[in-house]
Amino acid sequence: MRTINVETISENIKEMCIEATHYLSEDMKKALDNSYDKEESPLGKQILNQLKENLEIAGNDMIPICQDTGMAIIFIKIGQDVHFEGGNLEDAINEGVRRGYVDGFLRKSVVSDPIIRENTKDNTPAVIYYEIVEGDKVDITFAPKGFGSENMSKIYMLKPADGIEGVKEAILNTVKEAGPNACPPMVVGVCIGGTFDKCAVLSKKALTREAGKHSDIPYVRDLEIEMLDKINSLGIGPGGLGGTQTAFAVNIETYPTHIAGMPVAVNICCHVNRHSHRVI
Amino acid sequence: MDKYINAPVSDEDAKGLRAGDYVYISGTIYTARDAAHKRMYEALNNGEQLPIDMKNNIIYYMGPSPAREGRPIGSAGPTTASRMDKYAPKLLDLGLKGMIGKGKRSDAVKDAIIRNGAVYFAAVGGAGAILSKCIIESEVIAYDDLGTEAIRKLKVENFPVIVVIDSEGNNLYETAIEEYKKGN
Repeated sequence: MRTINVETISENIKEMCIEATHYLSEDMKKALDNSYDKEESPLGKQILNQLKENLEIAGNDMIPICQDTGMAIIFIKIGQDVHFEGGNLEDAINEGVRRGYVDGFLRKSVVSDPIIRENTKDNTPAVIYYEIVEGDKVDITFAPKGFGSENMSKIYMLKPADGIEGVKEAILNTVKEAGPNACPPMVVGVCIGGTFDKCAVLSKKALTREAGKHSDIPYVRDLEIEMLDKINSLGIGPGGLGGTQTAFAVNIETYPTHIAGMPVAVNICCHVNRHSHRVI
Repeated sequence: MDKYINAPVSDEDAKGLRAGDYVYISGTIYTARDAAHKRMYEALNNGEQLPIDMKNNIIYYMGPSPAREGRPIGSAGPTTASRMDKYAPKLLDLGLKGMIGKGKRSDAVKDAIIRNGAVYFAAVGGAGAILSKCIIESEVIAYDDLGTEAIRKLKVENFPVIVVIDSEGNNLYETAIEEYKKGN
């Protein structure tokens, strides 16, 4: 048994909020550089260059990469040998988000009620996914999500007869419809299978996978490669202003599902696909 | 083609811009996004005055992150314009000359752009840090209670945008995609 004070969780989450909104992870920087090299449209190249400069300024001057510093999404894996003390874990996570967004000069983009729409002024509450795993560590992934791209995401309750062709069509249609709204080049997170809810969560989790790293399942890996190629043939390009670089990566997860169904969730993220990871 | 214009923007300047032009804007522009538009729309429906004069002005669809000490504003990139589609035609008919945002617009907005000789610009989404550097002054002038969604008066210098829909209704999003589409 290992005892962790929840204050440690708050402080780590605060730091992760600030880190993720000012510095992109190495895989995402590399994806941007690769796209810049490959882009065929002059305007597209100019936009990608602007995004590279934007990253430099963000880190050097501590100005968030994007003003939409997102809703705080947290995937937390808790080792079953961990014992938390010092307060309620969920409160501590939200306290970390509060400190990160207030002290870090991040935008507060959360309203307390979807209809009444009053800003909570500290970007809480976070959306938290807990997982209990073996061991005595706490593994946290912080992935703030902007809504330009979130609004363009979709879930399809396909049927088994739709097959893999149906999946391809669902992904392509979602990206086509998203077009310039989702701030391309985008990262496309997909889940095939599970239930309505599980499928949506895993499509979001897919976005936190390292860009350029493929699934271990051979047919899924092939599908990721094929879909990236098809998406980049759509012509949407950087900023939606035409070009060959519409997506950096297509990350697909799968999950067992029911004999009668085949849910497909497509969660789109803009080029600012922020994720910060720590093991405590 | 690179062009430099001043804001507020004259009728002639607006008419001279073409879809695909890369434009640097200097002068005064105003911010307003979802909540401010809803409030302005309601004010008009109630026969009240708007907090800003629309005539020849540019509205930037943007809600910034808070400014650090010594800076006029935080990260300041565009938000998705289509959420303002419901309100934009009315404002264009009142003389609004330009809108800066990102993403597609409705046919009703396009028609109002043509009708009023206006223009829709895109700024690069997710480039909030670099765009912040082109903003020299920022002042909240209305709806302070809306926080990031308040109406701000901005002084900008060489603020980079791209003309997406021009006063003749040409739409770069539609034409540029065709140019780079392969197979499918």
